[in-house]
Amino acid sequence: MEGMAGQKSSLAWAVNLAAFLLVLLWTIPTLGLFVSSFRDRDQIATSGWWQSFSGSVQTGFVRSGTTDDQIQRDGLYVIEGSALEGTQELVSWGTNARAPDANAPGDTVEIDPGVNLTVAEDGSYLMTSAQPFEMRRGERIFTTTKSPPSFTTDNYARVMTAGGLGRAFMNTMTVTIPATVIPILIAAFAAYALAWMQFPGRAVLTACVVGLLVVPLQVALIPLLRLHNDLGIGKGYLGIWLAHTGFGLPLAVYLLRNYMVGLPREVIESARVDGATEFQIFRRIILPLSFPALASFAIFQFLWVWNDLLVATVFLGNTREQLVMTGLLRELMGSRGGEWEILATSAFISIAVPLVVFFAMQKYLVRGLLAGSVKGG
Amino acid sequence: MELLWLAVSTIAIGVFGCVAWFWGSNWLLDRIYPAKGENAGDNIRRAGQIRPWLFLGPAILFLGMYLVYPVFDSLWRSLFNSDGSQFVGVDNYVWLVGDDKFRESMLNNMLWLLVVPALSTLFGLLAAQLTDRIKWGNIGKSLIFMPMAISFVGAGVIWKFIYEYRASGETQIGLLNWIVTQFGGEPQIWLTLPGWNNFFLMMVLVWIQTGFAMVILSAALRGIPEETIEAAVLDGASPLQVFFKIKVPQIMGTIAVVWTTITIVVLKVFDIVFVMTNGQWGTQVLANLMYDWMFRGTPDYGRGSAIAIVLMILVTPIMVWNIWNARKEAR
Repeated sequence: MEGMAGQKSSLAWAVNLAAFLLVLLWTIPTLGLFVSSFRDRDQIATSGWWQSFSGSVQTGFVRSGTTDDQIQRDGLYVIEGSALEGTQELVSWGTNARAPDANAPGDTVEIDPGVNLTVAEDGSYLMTSAQPFEMRRGERIFTTTKSPPSFTTDNYARVMTAGGLGRAFMNTMTVTIPATVIPILIAAFAAYALAWMQFPGRAVLTACVVGLLVVPLQVALIPLLRLHNDLGIGKGYLGIWLAHTGFGLPLAVYLLRNYMVGLPREVIESARVDGATEFQIFRRIILPLSFPALASFAIFQFLWVWNDLLVATVFLGNTREQLVMTGLLRELMGSRGGEWEILATSAFISIAVPLVVFFAMQKYLVRGLLAGSVKGG
Repeated sequence: MELLWLAVSTIAIGVFGCVAWFWGSNWLLDRIYPAKGENAGDNIRRAGQIRPWLFLGPAILFLGMYLVYPVFDSLWRSLFNSDGSQFVGVDNYVWLVGDDKFRESMLNNMLWLLVVPALSTLFGLLAAQLTDRIKWGNIGKSLIFMPMAISFVGAGVIWKFIYEYRASGETQIGLLNWIVTQFGGEPQIWLTLPGWNNFFLMMVLVWIQTGFAMVILSAALRGIPEETIEAAVLDGASPLQVFFKIKVPQIMGTIAVVWTTITIVVLKVFDIVFVMTNGQWGTQVLANLMYDWMFRGTPDYGRGSAIAIVLMILVTPIMVWNIWNARKEAR
């Protein structure tokens, strides 16, 4: 029995450990972006974000003073100065490019016959010689230094005030909200008809909706762009709202219909017997009861529209005034790949809204996913 | 501020328009065929025949205009030359078959189709099984599920911080190269490594899709009747045997659904390739190739449409399977 218990607890340990590793693996990438968005450009460019908690290690070199700087003290010629700046802390130093970290702080090294160099822990160096120095260029002192961990919110201040991110944020909002609300309304009515009204062709229509769920929207790009031009809508908000409404409808109708079919028949039948019109039944009974499904779809559509790049690029255009956040990020990645801090911060702002929605409404998201998928099996 | 007004007024107009349509058309219907008077019975029947179409009208209009019509229009356009002025028959498809970039895209898409659904489902199953058995499982689930909410572009930026390359000897700021150098390896430019770079792009999608697979599979696993598991345990089955021989076969249907859903996502994959490599270094995929032909340089709508139709043909089996399943379930 004891052996069994021991086996069980070791299994529990293994499960916990494995789950922890998996979660860690899935969280680290996002964490990296989050941490990076609080580091300044130099830090990002010189060390990995995972090292930012222990302070960053940098290597570099300074030149000592030259002949002009020498003074005489205690019968020796001396050149003094500091090899460090700011709050850096010296880890090691050297005088040879091939071994830049050969010496520990405080060591004294004979660099030339009769010439000694000491670099103290605080970074001050002392070069002494019995003979007068004759150097036109200073001696190179290679340093390996450590800066204390430091984080800044400057990046956020910078991207919020300039760089078009505010504008892109507003554009994304403008695209997303109508493109989320309108399909819900249209789909709710259609779903009700498919679920609770008797008419010829109902089964075929339902099958069509299931089929349309998987139509790749790439197929729609060229024809719709032409259609919009012919109709005079062109590239603009109206076009993208209509496009997102069309692309989102199959899922909306499908999810809502599946949910509405499951509503209790008696409630609807008794309302009909009482003389309620279909419109009243829909508004007073179906809509309130379907709230979870409506919420599920709203989240899907919100995330999908917010995160979309393709539809926005095609139907809205790429000018500064029209750029949405995904488009802006793409541009930042392409043209300013070196400005890591701007990229990281902008990316984090753009994913923050969906993440908040995700964590706040996860329950409905999961419910919607299950309603949409498990039934198929 | 102006934009905000535009958005708010659109919502108002949109909502009002929808409500006005549904309410108004219903009202009109009730006026034309009042449910009282001498012909009440007839009227109710007629109104009942028309009403569903009032409810369905806008949806059918949108679906028809934005999804059904484009499929046929694309098919038609793919038979024309670049600006649609001349009928060229199947020339565009003949060109596709001979085009190196298209072959590369097809091959890569197939690779994506094999790897991403398989790995996502596998990791999803693993994550579901693990998180269902621990106390902090729900938090774990949330965190694995989280990438689902992140845009492909955002994911591209996130993974840039993992794949970034610095020359050997410099401090690596990309996590992967840092780990490699810690173990004494040479840093690599991951996104240009021939062949392998595809897998590094796929990892991004696997990272996003695993949460989806986990959520659905976890629900399915919990739906398995306890008795079957208990019986197996009493018969002396090991945990692994219980998992692979009792649990997995019972959720095969759900696994198939997860697999096909991810397959659809994979077929349409665009953003990840678009922002991370833009199809260079042998990573082209169909959706990005189509975008290239549509919008880079002089647009070639004929060839672009032909590629879109190829995509459409690739999803058709899944479409048929889904419809077949839905009908079976409805019966």
